[in-house]
Amino acid sequence: MRRGKDEEMGHPGFREKATILDRDGIRRALTRIAHEIIEKNQGVQEVALIGIRRRGVPLALRLAEKIERIEGAQVPVGSLDITLYRDDLTRLGPQPQLSRTEVPFPVTDRTVILVDDVLYTGRTVRAALDAIMDLGRPRAIQLAALIDRGHRELPIRADYVGKNVPTSSREIISVQLEDTDGQEQVVILETG
Amino acid sequence: MAVRHLLGLADMPAAAINEFLENALPMKQIISRDIKKVPTLRGKTVITLFYEPSTRTRMSFELAAKYLSADTVNVSASASSTSKGESLADTARTVAALGADLVVLRHPCAGAPHLLARLVEVPVVNAGDGMHEHPTQALLDLFTLRERRPDLEGLKLVIIGDILHSRVARSNIWCLPRFGVDVHVAAPPTLVPAGLAALGVTVHDRPEDALPGAGAVMVLRLQRERQQEGLIPDVREYARLYALNSERLALARPDAYVMHPGPMNRGIEIAPDVADGACALITDQVTNGVAVRMAVLYLLMLGRGE
Repeated sequence: MRRGKDEEMGHPGFREKATILDRDGIRRALTRIAHEIIEKNQGVQEVALIGIRRRGVPLALRLAEKIERIEGAQVPVGSLDITLYRDDLTRLGPQPQLSRTEVPFPVTDRTVILVDDVLYTGRTVRAALDAIMDLGRPRAIQLAALIDRGHRELPIRADYVGKNVPTSSREIISVQLEDTDGQEQVVILETG
Repeated sequence: MAVRHLLGLADMPAAAINEFLENALPMKQIISRDIKKVPTLRGKTVITLFYEPSTRTRMSFELAAKYLSADTVNVSASASSTSKGESLADTARTVAALGADLVVLRHPCAGAPHLLARLVEVPVVNAGDGMHEHPTQALLDLFTLRERRPDLEGLKLVIIGDILHSRVARSNIWCLPRFGVDVHVAAPPTLVPAGLAALGVTVHDRPEDALPGAGAVMVLRLQRERQQEGLIPDVREYARLYALNSERLALARPDAYVMHPGPMNRGIEIAPDVADGACALITDQVTNGVAVRMAVLYLLMLGRGE
């Protein structure tokens, strides 16, 4: 069974069922999350954002931009490739291409906020937690997801959620961002 | 990628070579961290079978496997049953029965890894076979050059030394021209294999003729254990005529990279000040060797369930 990160690839045989968020919806959700991050951490000192490749990265950059506009403080942003930490590598078909992890700041003693597009089984987040622990010892790790679609297989929950979407496991949540996909929307796909 | 074994670069598609190198970049990040380990190959076993003495290649493979959390077992010729007469085929069966997930083989006979690959179900990596190929060395050389110069088109690279006995030279000669490198060799005529020019390599007798305009110089070890046939009159004469010293290096471009696959005979094929010079990439080659071998293990051991 291939899911999680693999949902980023094409989806032949699926048709669009509904739009969950449009361009404005994504923008408003991120603005709210930015406010929540500032509020929960009482400012953003010692806070860093780390996006999970691929779509977590542009989302983390946008959050940092919004935080700077609201709070007037810059937040460092990194990107994380979790491929080497996956628990399903041997079950995948062709080897997933690795990309670079770029965390150009020490994570030790910081509050790291992991950013991903869709929170689903929780396995990607589990891998990301291990990957971050190998970079240092953060004071705390929090999780922000644009969409939480349920169906968790591990005891993991998000601290910040753009939108909760009840789904069936036969459906696919497709997050499309200007930076990676040329358009801006979140749609739900189902086998047609 | 359809590549199942890494036996040589002669018939390896450029796309597959690129895939190895692209995956080596994140691996290099891992070995520069404080925690040099990822759980990727947890529970897998790599067996290194060395039928020829080697320290650095074996160490490099072993570290690569360990950094990816694989378990490693080393079998060297002196310690193994080969000295008791066991054939490679029987060793292969033993290896399979032990449950290895990948075998790294160094062997004095050309083609031994190809034979092993037919005998076992698991991926085989050639760590040097006779005078044939040493593919991971050529991959790490290419990786090291590209790190300095992403586009190698038009780079003139001179290989100096015993081309005849060198599997490092052979793998590089198969590999580098495909990435636009203009490969020249400089060696005593007795140490150049027949037909080399047919591979698109320019052959020179003297380093002085080859070096002008060179952007990279690869010095090969004078394999003294393979000089029993009288192909060179004397090691000292070889050193006088072929050693890369600062005067000869001055003929190349001022920013020319100096490479050596190691181990070095300082004062024979390379002068100490050149080996330690600002343009020497020799220690980069060692570090990159681990990263490239991690990528090789990762790509060959995972995701083969087509």
